[in-house]
Amino acid sequence: MADSGSNGRTRSLTLDGDEVSFQEGESLYEVARRNRRPVPTLCYDDRLEAFGACRLCVVEIEGMKSPAASCTTEAQPGMVVRTRTEELERQRKILLEMVVSENPAADISPLRGHASQELGQLAEEYGADGSRFQGARSGSSYRGDPNPMILRDYDHCISCYRCVRVCAEQEGDYAISVANRGFQTSITTEFAGRLENSECTFCGQCVQTCPTGALADLRALQSEGEVKDFELTRSICPFCGVGCSVDIMSNDDKIIGVRPAMDGPANEGALCVKGQFSWDWVQHTDRLKTPLVRENGVLVETDWDTALNRAAEGFRKVREQHGRHAIYGIASGRAPHESSYAMQKFIRAGFGTNQIDNCSRA
Amino acid sequence: MSNPLVDMEKPDVIFCIGTNMTVTHPVAATRLKKAMARGAKLIVADPRNIPLAHKADVHLPLRVGSDTALLGAMAHVIAREGLMDEAFIRDRTEGFETFRKHVEKFTPEWAEGITSVPAADIERAAILYGKAERGAIYYTLGVTEHICGVDNVQSLCNLVLMTGNIGREGTGINPMRGQNNIQGAGDTGALPNNYPGFQPVVDPANQVKFEKAWGTKIDLEKGITKVRALEIAGEEILAMLICGENTVVSDPDRAHCEHALKSLDHLVVIDIFKTETAEIADVVLPASAWGETDGTYTNTERRVQRVRAAVKPQGLARPDWWILAQLATRLGICGFEWNGAREVFDELCKLSPTYYGLDWDLVEEGRHHWPVPQKGHPGTPILHIGEFPRGRGLFMTPEYRDPAETIDDEYPVWLTTGRRLAHYHTRTMTGRAVGSEYLVPEELLEVHPDDVENWGLEDGGDAVLSSRRGAVLIKVCATTQSPRGTVFCSFSFDDVPINALTGSGYDPITDTAELKVCPVRIEPAQTDPVP
Ligand code: SF4
Ligand code: SF4
Ligand code: FES
Repeated sequence: MADSGSNGRTRSLTLDGDEVSFQEGESLYEVARRNRRPVPTLCYDDRLEAFGACRLCVVEIEGMKSPAASCTTEAQPGMVVRTRTEELERQRKILLEMVVSENPAADISPLRGHASQELGQLAEEYGADGSRFQGARSGSSYRGDPNPMILRDYDHCISCYRCVRVCAEQEGDYAISVANRGFQTSITTEFAGRLENSECTFCGQCVQTCPTGALADLRALQSEGEVKDFELTRSICPFCGVGCSVDIMSNDDKIIGVRPAMDGPANEGALCVKGQFSWDWVQHTDRLKTPLVRENGVLVETDWDTALNRAAEGFRKVREQHGRHAIYGIASGRAPHESSYAMQKFIRAGFGTNQIDNCSRA
Repeated sequence: MSNPLVDMEKPDVIFCIGTNMTVTHPVAATRLKKAMARGAKLIVADPRNIPLAHKADVHLPLRVGSDTALLGAMAHVIAREGLMDEAFIRDRTEGFETFRKHVEKFTPEWAEGITSVPAADIERAAILYGKAERGAIYYTLGVTEHICGVDNVQSLCNLVLMTGNIGREGTGINPMRGQNNIQGAGDTGALPNNYPGFQPVVDPANQVKFEKAWGTKIDLEKGITKVRALEIAGEEILAMLICGENTVVSDPDRAHCEHALKSLDHLVVIDIFKTETAEIADVVLPASAWGETDGTYTNTERRVQRVRAAVKPQGLARPDWWILAQLATRLGICGFEWNGAREVFDELCKLSPTYYGLDWDLVEEGRHHWPVPQKGHPGTPILHIGEFPRGRGLFMTPEYRDPAETIDDEYPVWLTTGRRLAHYHTRTMTGRAVGSEYLVPEELLEVHPDDVENWGLEDGGDAVLSSRRGAVLIKVCATTQSPRGTVFCSFSFDDVPINALTGSGYDPITDTAELKVCPVRIEPAQTDPVP
């Protein structure tokens, strides 16, 4: 991905009248995007092999009878390519109208997932409301899965296969596949059962790539009633040492979800079940909200001054009575550097000893 | 890790040992799956039938704690077959002749007797790795949490040195760090032997450097490790400050550990929850959590990255550095007059040779892998290109040693411990997450179906698991993921305090506990629960 084509030789073609260069192996879609002539897509995900299913990305190539899907067509020297002719735009609108008529695209909550607005935005951009193709709605919701993380709302499935492909190509899990085509489409697991009884690891990759919200983040949807919009704050997952980049979704000092950062250097858009879904402990009612001190054998709530004075006093006493080597610090491997740095400085600068360790030995 | 995560997609032979990576580092494992999809071969050394083992070209199901024998035999085969990288050995290493003689006795047949892995499979694995153009080793705590953890790591280094699989793309020796910032905890000097940036405290030049920086003369003697400190708690150690660690649940030999902490004159805990450890403290200080705190982490590939506050801390909670600064001020300790995480991090960078070229603004996008020795340096994704820190790579000559305790008539079963995908550590966080709890609501002892039958257990029934240190009640799950004679569970659940059993011994050099090996006895539970 990052280095694709970096060793290819440079060639050129004509794109909407301009001569542009490209690297061997680049698709027409990639060339167009790089030259700020974005072509609309639905079944495309940067991280996946191009699939060529939705045909929204079609472009005209001089000398070819019919338009070609730009995502699956390799750029060739001398090609003359047009991305936005009236005819192409008309075809795209018809395609979108057909899709929308089968799959209600309006009012999909952005809480559902990273790509959940793609269809809705395109439908709006093209003024495709689906009224032209009154007909059966495709798919059906799978309500038999009680897991609290992934909603399977197949009313919205458009058979782009992005979920199936991300699971196979990115996750390497092969947990899901597509059953039936057309109106009966649904994304299914082995034996059509619950996700938890399949190979699924609940990484949420399928949720985040779904362009319609058919697969959706149920943890985030918990806030659907209260929250209209949200902020994204770039951070790093708090669990294992891989250090996946995440975007924390928050609204008015409430964390409402987590999304993978597609440009995160360690994860390139991937997360696991913990990073994706297990954030609800942060604002859990069990959180310690005040300092505590032990009074008559029990821990009682107090203010910072009382607690800090008591804590300092205890260290002072032990230093006086038993010497500075009697004090020991254990720093956290889960807190940021600023915590462990301050811990070791507190022990070293405070007591002149090296009585400090962290939690890596157990 | 000697190499960055992106390199996991590039080896042609992958050797995973003591790592249940699809469970412990799932996103890293996806990269290995991609390498395999492109044709890379996979060797997995693990006692259990873990998911990675199903994907392996060669699975070496060694008896727990026998890694040194297995790796010695692999080196033996590579030497015997002449698969060494002679040029690399000549130009970049020393001690090879001694090492070659040392491994002569480690025949695969000898190793089979110790590891129970068929000699032919050891040969296949050795030849596969020995012939690799780009061979990469990945390991986790399955290698280090043994009394011979250092020997195991040295044995892996030997393989790397003899085949020249280091200092190049898609190769290397890659320990995967288990916690989000455990790498950073070491980097920042929260170690009894090193100042920030791994500068030894025994070096007088470093003493001078930090005296200048902080205005205090600090001992030239190393401190003791946490393990030793807990041993002499109540006698020589009388006050402890524990930050963000649930020692009571995570550390081996729980009874001993709880007793140690209770015998202190003064225990202060900084944490985000009232953990089992906080429950026994004299003072508990509420810390701001992930999502509420600005700061920096360093991941397993030495990439320094920014974490950011998205919301206000709960209640009165404050960042750890603020709490420590407040404590310091009250004790008359200078140098804690920081106005934010940025100032703390920038101070660290100035004092650490590995971070010297970094500052708060530069880590904004997480582009650097340390070491970043000076400003303008691009960082070091791949370590040991051209040279090792000590110059030449030194071959070591570890011998196989039995675990601290081995199975006998009284404790005839091997217990090994690890993690669950949906949970993290002692579950203080994921135990309060709806999704994780839905997937893994309770701990289960994984027992081979034949053993379930032979030992009179029942799938889904309760069993009493006991070691020389204690006993726990646990539900049994029949699964071929465990080999016969070895059982597995995680240490995440406080109601199944598996650390009541573990803690038979420690590595003599690092004091790392032997959490991966513990002889136990298993009996069906009577109706009376264990005390
Ligand atoms: S959550 Fe992950 S593993 Fe499960 S179906 Fe979706 S992509 Fe596949
Ligand atoms: S998302 Fe999963 S793999 Fe990534 S850092 Fe978090 S715990 Fe590790
Ligand atoms: S994006 Fe090219 S066919 Fe769907």
